[in-house]
Amino acid sequence: MNEFVETLLDLQWHEPKSTYDVVIIGGGGHGLATAYYLATRHGITNVAVVEANYIGSGNSGRNTTIIRANYGIPESVRFYQHSLDLYSTLEEETGCWIMHATKGLLWLAHTETAMRSERARCLLNTACGAETVMVDPQAAKAICPQLDLSGGGRYPVLGASHHVGAATARHDRVVWAYAQGAMRMGVHVLQNTQVTGLLRDGERVTGVQTANGNISAGVVLSAVGGNVTTIANHAELRLPVRTHPLQAFVTNGYAQSLGPIISDTELFCYVSQTARGQMLIGAEFDPQPSYSTQSSFNFLQSCTSKVTHLLPFLKNLRILRQWTGICDVSADFSPIIGHTGVDGLLITTGWGTWGFKAIPAGGSLMAELIATGKTPPLLEPFGLDRFASDQALADQGSTGTR
Amino acid sequence: MLWLTCPICGRRPIDEFSFGGEFPTVPDRITDPATRDVDYVWMFDNIAGVTTERWFHHAGCRRWHTARRDTITDAVLHTGIEDATDTVL
Repeated sequence: MNEFVETLLDLQWHEPKSTYDVVIIGGGGHGLATAYYLATRHGITNVAVVEANYIGSGNSGRNTTIIRANYGIPESVRFYQHSLDLYSTLEEETGCWIMHATKGLLWLAHTETAMRSERARCLLNTACGAETVMVDPQAAKAICPQLDLSGGGRYPVLGASHHVGAATARHDRVVWAYAQGAMRMGVHVLQNTQVTGLLRDGERVTGVQTANGNISAGVVLSAVGGNVTTIANHAELRLPVRTHPLQAFVTNGYAQSLGPIISDTELFCYVSQTARGQMLIGAEFDPQPSYSTQSSFNFLQSCTSKVTHLLPFLKNLRILRQWTGICDVSADFSPIIGHTGVDGLLITTGWGTWGFKAIPAGGSLMAELIATGKTPPLLEPFGLDRFASDQALADQGSTGTR
Repeated sequence: MLWLTCPICGRRPIDEFSFGGEFPTVPDRITDPATRDVDYVWMFDNIAGVTTERWFHHAGCRRWHTARRDTITDAVLHTGIEDATDTVL
């Protein structure tokens, strides 16, 4: 579906300069979106995005493309709902087809305890501006006819919360849309340029060291996924972040359409259908921190046995591809965005398994922070200083399956 | 990372173990006691390389043991109970 789309993009590559107003480390969704909004909203175009590999080669190219806002705490619901709204107008704004499709999301409950937490989720979401309603099993079946309400005789569906606004979009195309938009405005994107250190003037960060030479900058933003601790170590910055592998897989094409995204707290898994018709299935991140992107058979075994209870048609499909990304998971399962306490260094990290859906909001609000020097109200709760001030944002709703 | 060698039960599938976290360390350069407390509670070394960490064999001998693991390759270099409290949970 997306073959050769890269060749149609209008990407203008530049030779690196020795100094920029803003240097963004990491050419993924968050880095490129920040550059895009800096250029289009705030007129700051003397910006470089430094990427170790090719753009979108990290977690922006490995996620499961789900966009939703049905989180568990008010701060998160408001933030992600803002992102969901920005996503719905992104095609119009950038002129790029990101294959955005609003599908809705059914969050299944198999026990009374889960029913209570889904009811609570509906009330909280409604209060904070995200549309989520409880549905009974028959209504869930009407939304998704393939659902086995008996759960294979093992996990009966007692009800579900229906998050109406949930959507999916093609992840590569989101990255390319932001890259193209930013590059047209004069932003430099430097691929195959690994950051090996930070330039310091006393305590202050004044630029980055790369394999291709030093680049000085007014502000350095780390928008790195997975390897953020390496960047933070260069500035002697301590982060409440651990790197965990997250696995997912797709099946071959399913000729019918699976309407909504299906998610399940008690079975720790979720299923959606890609634009190509393949079924995309994922679960929780691996319990032990690791930088290894090795996929495991254990994951396939446990995940397939669970999802086939809920959607029996999956038994007739074949697994096409399995992959792993390494994600930076924060201690309270909420992102960390904003100032670091180190002068000249900003950070956007802790995106764990919830980074893709946050790309437009994270990028636009970070751009506003860089341009104005003031933290936008939606970002205020997500600062790094929340840990020291005992205001951690423990959010069970943030991981893919909760 | 599919297998772990339990010092008591031998080589067993990773599903039988629970990850108990790495040994928390606070860098010496942090001197303010309050900042040291915050660091101890919240911050992680998140080492890309060899870490020392605790594992609990919940589906076997139900004892804690210590492993040294390379987080880049997921190779387990050493497992032992020498640092473990010998408590059976």
